[in-house]
Amino acid sequence: MVRQCAILFGCLALGELIVFLTGIKLPSSIIGMILLTSFLKFGLIKLEWIKGLSDFLVANLGFFFVPSGVGLMLFFDIIAAQFWPIAIATFVSTVLVLVVTGWTHQIMRKGNGIFRK
Amino acid sequence: MEYLENKFFLLAITFGIYFVTRELQRRSGWVLLNPILITIALLIIFLKSFDISYETYNEGGYLIEFWLRPAVVALGVPLYLQLELIKKQIVPIVVSQLIGCMVGIVSVVIVAKLFDASPEVICSLAPKSVTTPIAMEVSKATGGIPSLTAAVVVVVGLFGAICGFKVLQIGRVGSPIAQGLSMGTATHAVGTSAAMEISSKYGAYASLGLTLNGVLTAIFTPIVLRLMGVI
Repeated sequence: MVRQCAILFGCLALGELIVFLTGIKLPSSIIGMILLTSFLKFGLIKLEWIKGLSDFLVANLGFFFVPSGVGLMLFFDIIAAQFWPIAIATFVSTVLVLVVTGWTHQIMRKGNGIFRK
Repeated sequence: MEYLENKFFLLAITFGIYFVTRELQRRSGWVLLNPILITIALLIIFLKSFDISYETYNEGGYLIEFWLRPAVVALGVPLYLQLELIKKQIVPIVVSQLIGCMVGIVSVVIVAKLFDASPEVICSLAPKSVTTPIAMEVSKATGGIPSLTAAVVVVVGLFGAICGFKVLQIGRVGSPIAQGLSMGTATHAVGTSAAMEISSKYGAYASLGLTLNGVLTAIFTPIVLRLMGVI
């Protein structure tokens, strides 16, 4: 478990370092995720060195944001004031993403024989 | 009554409510019984009823939130496991992800602007399609309200789990791979778990969509928001 934490927080710390040095507008956790994938890909880290902890964290991803979700109670006035913009924009956009992503993938596969069933 | 403000008590009920609702959802299979949504709702009701401030709650809650960022890093493992799958269909997957990501950000900004939403609300809505830890980080980085983003993300996920496949059917998206990808791209982890219930193949493509759109949204949201003059 100590090694797993060392690897995971190591990647996160490297992500923080990259953000600190370059001022890049990306969350340090995303950079850490890409670093972890690359380290695994290039064999610098073995899958079993991290798998237990990563499986646990990925499986419980939703739980970790409960406190931030509770923080919503501080913003009731903003939501009440802009309820319709929030609701309509979210609904329209989600339907569009669902359908457009699916269409694009289907069209691309048809256009390229290798990907046909 | 002062005991109710004890941070270990507040942590215990957070874990407790989540555990009980998750069990209830597993047994009933009822999607509206989403443990994330129910835990947040019950905690807010509890805190408001006993007049406990969010700051007090967060003294313990911070310890849970702390694990958000390590958890996003941990998503690197499923991404690594899916690298082979990605390579095989790299062109259709990457193109549909890129277009899906752009449609997600641009459409929500346009509609929110049409309805006169404030810039901080628009920034909070822009990353709504991706999994919460990423969406909240993006929201924070662009000047949105991470908690508002978290709530919208849950609503999007619930919509996907309940109506996602219906929408895909009506929209004539029939191929299983395209359906799985769309669910993950548009409605993140909650949609992915709904896809996982149909088959593990659906689920694998959904988690691919969730991961790729997570990365793309993190990269492109700040750029698109700047180009569209929001920030």
